Amino acid sequence: MMLSKGLKRKREEEEEEEKEALAVDTWWLDPGHPAVAQAPPAVASSSLFDLSVLKLHHSLRQSEPDLRHLVLVVNTLRRIQASMAPTAALPPVPSPPTAPGIADNLLASSDAALSASMASLLEDLSHIEGLSQAPQPLVDEGPPGRPTGGAPPSLGALDLLGPATGCLLDDGLEGLFEDIDTSMYDSELWAPASEGHKSSPEDGPGKEEAPELDEAELDYLMDVLVGTQALERPPGPGR
Amino acid sequence: MAGAGGGGCPAGGNDLQWCFSQVKGAVDEDVAEADVISTVEFSHSGDLLATGDKGGRVVIFQREQENKSRPHSRGEYNVYSTFQSHEPEFDYLKSLEIEEKINKIRWLPQQSAAHFLLSTNDKTIKLWKISERDKRAEGYNLKDEDGRLRDPFRITALRVPILKPMDLMVEASPRRIFANAHTYHINSISVNSDHETYLSADDLRINLWHLEITDRSFNIVDIKPANMEELTEVITAAEFHPHQCNVLVYSSSKGTIRLCDMRSSALCDRHSKFFEEPEDPSSRSFFSEIISSVSDVKFSHSGRYMMTRDYLSVKVWDLNMESRPVETHQVHEYLRSKLCSLYENDCIFDKFECCWNGSDRTVERVQYFKL
Repeated sequence: MMLSKGLKRKREEEEEEEKEALAVDTWWLDPGHPAVAQAPPAVASSSLFDLSVLKLHHSLRQSEPDLRHLVLVVNTLRRIQASMAPTAALPPVPSPPTAPGIADNLLASSDAALSASMASLLEDLSHIEGLSQAPQPLVDEGPPGRPTGGAPPSLGALDLLGPATGCLLDDGLEGLFEDIDTSMYDSELWAPASEGHKSSPEDGPGKEEAPELDEAELDYLMDVLVGTQALERPPGPGR
Repeated sequence: MAGAGGGGCPAGGNDLQWCFSQVKGAVDEDVAEADVISTVEFSHSGDLLATGDKGGRVVIFQREQENKSRPHSRGEYNVYSTFQSHEPEFDYLKSLEIEEKINKIRWLPQQSAAHFLLSTNDKTIKLWKISERDKRAEGYNLKDEDGRLRDPFRITALRVPILKPMDLMVEASPRRIFANAHTYHINSISVNSDHETYLSADDLRINLWHLEITDRSFNIVDIKPANMEELTEVITAAEFHPHQCNVLVYSSSKGTIRLCDMRSSALCDRHSKFFEEPEDPSSRSFFSEIISSVSDVKFSHSGRYMMTRDYLSVKVWDLNMESRPVETHQVHEYLRSKLCSLYENDCIFDKFECCWNGSDRTVERVQYFKL
């Protein structure tokens, strides 16, 4: 009994609408966007990397993590990390005209609830990472993307989670993420944002770092905002 | 949660029409978490429809008898039986709560007036017997009509109890409890064509049970690596072949399907067939693996084909050809440009099911009703 080929559905009209919406939501990943077209792939990859690290942490914080979700996120993280340049020092990126507007609007419109959830999220994750040091100026971290050394914090995260992770820790899953180095993101992500606003850039060793600083700050602020939303699924559609 | 969306891909002709026949349950926004339906399964005849919810309940609907005065109307389904299948449990050893959410329901082939089904949550599978009672015995010798026991020494005459009709009562009783065999979350159960055994699959292992034996099971597939650091793939679904009781398939999070023959060895770690479609280089992205993860696999009734569901498509495979599917149906291709947003809000990890219609001629799938 032979089955004939299935028909492909045509959704041209809706595709255009969706693409417009995509441009607003994730402009930094839209290859047609002028900023992204000029920006190196590392910018988009690092945003996705941050998001994936957030997801990983969130997944590990569950009392019994969903193994499928965990494995898929880890594999995606590995793909992203493999695609990122080894010395991911971001060259100066021309500031996209729309980006500050979007960021300002987002910051301006973020209400107390969002700020509160961001603050509590950062607090929770900083507990996991065991960070207790004062916020450090980004400049002292060296070029973004370079590891700051020390033990992989992902391993530390799992250790700090304690016995609540139950069977996964027992199975030795803590070594699963050793090859994923997230150390350069952890301090960057949490230290300045814990003040709830952009930290004023410290005087760096070179002027060329100043515009780079703004771009990086904007990036991770966007990411944290997106990351906050990523942890809350929108209500599912009705029947 | 994916809304109900009928999708029909008629293989021959375009005369198939889909429409909502009935909507059961609450249609407003205020639905309690426990009432969210987590699995649905028709019986083999289609007369019964079982639903499981997050609260551990099973509700069975029965199709009403066809009305001869309305021969073209579709039979409506009405509630037939409701019972609490699973309760939340606490694993004291690991300090973890075990959800009562019903992950899967599978009907056993009907061999008597009673119906049997298997229902499972993350850790425990239960065999339920659903039987009808429409007669009541009256005239017992040793007890009164209200149930009180009589003193045997006061009985001077014997009588034969008489069966009298009563209002139909549907009883659900647990017959077997298959527990403590899965370290990870059970995602699939499948009854074998021998009607004696069934399999249960979790993220890393597949166990074979006998329906009569609850205190042990055989492990037939184990993909847990010796070193958990090397874990890159999990089992997502598994099913027995509809006719060959020695053949089963299981799908993985990497988009592969393995067919195993239990005759070849006790532990089916080495597959007999390996189905994987090569990745299209033009559509490669960071999310390629996630969207290729197979969420459901179903054999056709003939046993010649199998169907797999991944995030964006339904694929029909010929069991004789491992290199690629014979058919690919895009379910919601318009989502391909939004994968990043879907990754952000975790929708990209949603799982869908698929099933064949009775004649293996159409492919039915569930898709997002609206995003």
